[in-house]
Amino acid sequence: MSQRDFEAPVLAPEGPTELGANQWGYVSASRAGRFAKWKNPIGIAGAIIVGFNVFVALFGKYLWTLDPDELVGTRLQYPSWAHPMGTDELGRDTLARILHGSQVSLQVGLISVSIALVLGLSIGLTSGFFGGKVDGLLMRVVDLMFALPGLVLAIVIAGMLGPTRRNAMIAIGIIIAPAFARVVRGAVLEVMGFPFVESARALGSSHARIMARHVIPNIAAPVIVLVTVYLSTAILSEAALSFLGLGTQPPEASWGGMLSSARSYIEINPWLSIFPGLAIMFVVLGFNFLGDGLRDILDPRLGPHVGGISEKK
Amino acid sequence: MGGYVLKRVLVTIPTLIGISIVVFFMVRLLPGDIVDVLLGGDQLATEETKQQAREQLGLTGSYPEQYWRWISKLVQGDFGFSYRNTQPVSEILFNALPITLELVILGLLIAVLIALPLGVLSAVKRDSRHDYAARVGGLIGISIPSFWLATLLLLFTSRVFGWVPPLNYTPIYQDPVDNLSQFILPAIAISVFTLAIVMRMVRATMLEVLGQDYVRTARAKGVKRKVVISRHALRNALIPVVTVVGFEVGILMGGSAIVEIIFGLPGVGNTLINAIFNRDYPVVQAATMMLAFVFIFANLIVDLLYGVLDPRISQE
Repeated sequence: MSQRDFEAPVLAPEGPTELGANQWGYVSASRAGRFAKWKNPIGIAGAIIVGFNVFVALFGKYLWTLDPDELVGTRLQYPSWAHPMGTDELGRDTLARILHGSQVSLQVGLISVSIALVLGLSIGLTSGFFGGKVDGLLMRVVDLMFALPGLVLAIVIAGMLGPTRRNAMIAIGIIIAPAFARVVRGAVLEVMGFPFVESARALGSSHARIMARHVIPNIAAPVIVLVTVYLSTAILSEAALSFLGLGTQPPEASWGGMLSSARSYIEINPWLSIFPGLAIMFVVLGFNFLGDGLRDILDPRLGPHVGGISEKK
Repeated sequence: MGGYVLKRVLVTIPTLIGISIVVFFMVRLLPGDIVDVLLGGDQLATEETKQQAREQLGLTGSYPEQYWRWISKLVQGDFGFSYRNTQPVSEILFNALPITLELVILGLLIAVLIALPLGVLSAVKRDSRHDYAARVGGLIGISIPSFWLATLLLLFTSRVFGWVPPLNYTPIYQDPVDNLSQFILPAIAISVFTLAIVMRMVRATMLEVLGQDYVRTARAKGVKRKVVISRHALRNALIPVVTVVGFEVGILMGGSAIVEIIFGLPGVGNTLINAIFNRDYPVVQAATMMLAFVFIFANLIVDLLYGVLDPRISQE
């Protein structure tokens, strides 16, 4: 990416043209500096939201000490000082359940994206590094995965394996993996074309060394962006699966599950249908904001549409 | 062009075969014996009953044999019988398909019709207040779970207007008004994600196209700004946008599966999810195949459109 940064000022015309900026017009040599100078408000907002969510997931239960599974009061209360988000259909405290749900969503996000990362990295690296027949075969498999609608596939896999959170995480990992594989392969192919890989080879470096020292560090940027963005997909998908009864099982609190059981009480206590959804949106928004900001900083080559959200399934 | 169409159509065949193998094994690689699961731990089930059940499900013989039997019937439109109510699966699914299609098409229409002008405006007025609002709005749009939005919409219309969509499904040819009033809320709910994605895509590609030499040339020779935007820029910006729309059909189908349940619409997604809970494997297999088929078909249309929008591609 440094290469482009040096080219950018040369390519850039004098400021934006009348109709809009040239695509390089806003690429300054110090993109990273923009973050520090608070010129990337979306990215910063994302970092704050994600940080807040991690804090809440880790320490929320010490700040709001009610047990999410305990019956603490009358059923279906509206928000009050004693229960800031009200109580649910059994009389459990909604705030405590939302806090527990933040742990669930974070756990699901991390584990399913890790599954996708391991699968996607191994497929993408092998494919891009060795090319030829291996590449052809692996990419056919990846294409097949793309030919099935993602959430539908997740529903079927999770349903077939049996409705538990573990299986939902496996299903989500599997549906996200092809996107990782494709982007990693593309990035590896690009890096392999650079002269420094050829030099390393000429110096007699082994495959493993070239992979570890030259390829992996250079594909880190798109992978980091991808991980951030797909954390949001994973959290959304888990909420959807739990909503359908295919993820986290009641009585354990999860945002999707809470929304599902709140549906029967929407006329009596609409707040039950509002807070879990807000929580999902807030967290997912945080990761999307952060991903957007990181993309600007880490990888100017990835335009707003390459390898990111638009390829999401 | 004819060659291009033919080539595109033929390319879908191996994909369909691949998908059918995936779907076939998805059901068979289950932990445990399907028959044991189906008979629900019935201790009295004799080996004979089990064997009968296996035959009925097409689970006898080697995997290649089973696959061949299944796929050759599938091609003839015979999807087998539902394990729950012995109805032909094809009948169940062909009743469900129009509902899902209508939902997906409506959602797509809403999304594209709103996203195009917003995206263009955002690109043309780059870094203006409008642009920022659209960018943030776009990110919010991809963060709202469609099933939550559906619930909120229901809550909103019932509280504010005292209106709840009719509960029983009416086909569009029977009563278009009833039908649309039933579909409008779910269609809006599933369209928001796609709307946001398409808007971001239009903005990004418009920005790229607006920086091209031919746009500057057109402006320099005195073509009006509006004409340049709509004729020179937008048409070229649409090409990558069309591809995203293909992907989006998949997302809309996933969204519609959930929203169908919320609104009680008996579409393919609804059927699939119920079949999963009922362990009705013939229906699960067939519904998954059907959704995959629709998705592949939608992407085929996108490919063909691509060839029309960019003649260079179809001439290769």
